[in-house]
Amino acid sequence: MRPKTMSKVDELRGANAIAIKEAKEKGEKVVGMYCMFSPQELALAAGARAVSLCGTSNNPIEEAEKVLPRNLCPLIKSSYGFAITDTCPYFFFSDLILAETTCDGKKKMYEEMAKIKPLHLMELPQSSQGEKNLNFWVNEMMEFKAFLEDFYKVEITEENLKDAIKLMNRERDTYKKLHQMNMNKPALLSGVDMLLAQWARGFNVDKEKGLAIIEDLIKELEEMKAKGISPYSEDNPRILVTGTPMGLGSEKLVRLLEDSGASVVALENCTGYKPIDTNVALDKDPLVAIAEKYIKLPCSCMTPNHDRFELVKKLAQDYQVDGIVDLAWQACHTYTIESYGLREYIKDEMELPFLQIETDYSDSDLGQLRTRVEAFLETMVS
Amino acid sequence: MKKISVGIDIGSVASKAAAYDGQEIIALAMRPTGWSPREVGQELLDEILEKTGLEREQIHAIVGTGYGRVSLPFVDKRITEISCHGRGAFYLDKSIRTVIDIGGQDSKIIKINEKGQVLDFLMNDKCAAGTGRFLQVMANALEVDVSELSNLARGSQAAKISSMCTVFAESEVVSLIGEGTDKSSIAHGLLNSVAEKIYALAGRLGVEGQVYFSGGVSKSELLREILEEKLKKEILHSQDSQYVGAIGGAVLGYK
Repeated sequence: MRPKTMSKVDELRGANAIAIKEAKEKGEKVVGMYCMFSPQELALAAGARAVSLCGTSNNPIEEAEKVLPRNLCPLIKSSYGFAITDTCPYFFFSDLILAETTCDGKKKMYEEMAKIKPLHLMELPQSSQGEKNLNFWVNEMMEFKAFLEDFYKVEITEENLKDAIKLMNRERDTYKKLHQMNMNKPALLSGVDMLLAQWARGFNVDKEKGLAIIEDLIKELEEMKAKGISPYSEDNPRILVTGTPMGLGSEKLVRLLEDSGASVVALENCTGYKPIDTNVALDKDPLVAIAEKYIKLPCSCMTPNHDRFELVKKLAQDYQVDGIVDLAWQACHTYTIESYGLREYIKDEMELPFLQIETDYSDSDLGQLRTRVEAFLETMVS
Repeated sequence: MKKISVGIDIGSVASKAAAYDGQEIIALAMRPTGWSPREVGQELLDEILEKTGLEREQIHAIVGTGYGRVSLPFVDKRITEISCHGRGAFYLDKSIRTVIDIGGQDSKIIKINEKGQVLDFLMNDKCAAGTGRFLQVMANALEVDVSELSNLARGSQAAKISSMCTVFAESEVVSLIGEGTDKSSIAHGLLNSVAEKIYALAGRLGVEGQVYFSGGVSKSELLREILEEKLKKEILHSQDSQYVGAIGGAVLGYK
């Protein structure tokens, strides 16, 4: 059974699209962002709204392919397609875009996007290890801060930053608590609903309003837990999904898994648990503390990326999963290559069934995916 | 009364059925899938009833498998072709631990345990490279029947086909014909291309224990030999190899 509060989460989508328009009309500042490496804290400290931008639907890809090559990750094509077709309100109402050099495809796409909107590009180090890379990333934080101060003609104080950090820490804690509700056996929320709720976090124009709804949802799930109500039984295999990001319009893998009888209990990816696992420290220089948190995000664009394997293992244990599914969007080199290492790691460390899926946003391969997913789940029941 | 189970495997090219009495396979049937998986499924069931002299009521379980499994309204259970191929191969020989299956629209490597249960598997991605469809399209370009490729290729120097994509490989074949390359060399090159694709899948999953080759494409003797050489392993194969999915379905349905 679906918690009643989920309908409020659904409604948030429409409400946020209106809220961003209203905010803009009131003359508020809006900074649009694509990636979990984007430090929302800095935009908030500048007095701006920090919002995620659209990039999870197949619809605008056709338009994007007029400029971008076909054989490119659908997330990049979708993001660019939304931007050029004016179909993403958050992009439309953003004053500026915060971009990042997470992969070659995005980095080069941003060159085209920069022709439409003011865009600030943060350069990510290739590795999260060592002083050199941290110093580089701290410097990127300082440059973004200077850019914002110049762009909006404001001063970002240490106090502004600390307030923003506190708000973001509170947001991460709340969404983490929501994710952890599915540690319960059987899970309390369907994987699709968890995915939609977590993914929508970035679109909350009014963060407090979004948080209040998630707190209500947690409360309702706690009541369900107390009463022993769950949409699942002990028979539904518990699955952890890792890999590339997912959102509304690109949730087909999780939907397919659950339609085939699985319960997706953990989402390790960057639209799920990965960015909310840790917080920003408050007892040091705020820019250094922000840099330290964000550089440690275990994305496949970093090398080495062993922290991701360890996070997968930790979640697999904490959520008592029966199998792991690794999703890679087509043409995403870093995730497709890393999948081999992850397969080996899981075999050596956990001996859990592992399935890799490489696909795009379209429905053209649903039949083949279904066979794979069903066969994968069949290995768990016998 | 004796219990009988039936497995029906609706593939993209051919559909197969098998009946099992708990001891052995008592009947097999095969038909081209055509346009209606539902109709061909019914026809196969009728054929099995006719061959065994049984009434519909005497069949206690019907398992549907293959890509068309969702289209069969009369089955008791649907099981993927991956589990069915694993179980079917194991039924044929208990020493089998790896199944290579190349059918019309996909190819897969399946690892099974000492009970015939699937441990792990890999399938080709959504492109047709390394499948029966690939060979079918190429055989058309060569104007030969797909079943003749193996004999045509034997003894020839293999031409190099470098395109993995079926559409591009077809242009490559047309160019080779234009350049005057022997059909036999091109056929050899095509079989090599399929073997390379399977070799890469096998390398990723790891090939352990006795290997069995199933699916329609396993009928190509030369391809089996190329694969044996590449994998440095003996590959089992049998007359029934196209029926393995249906046999597995019948065996799994019997329980």
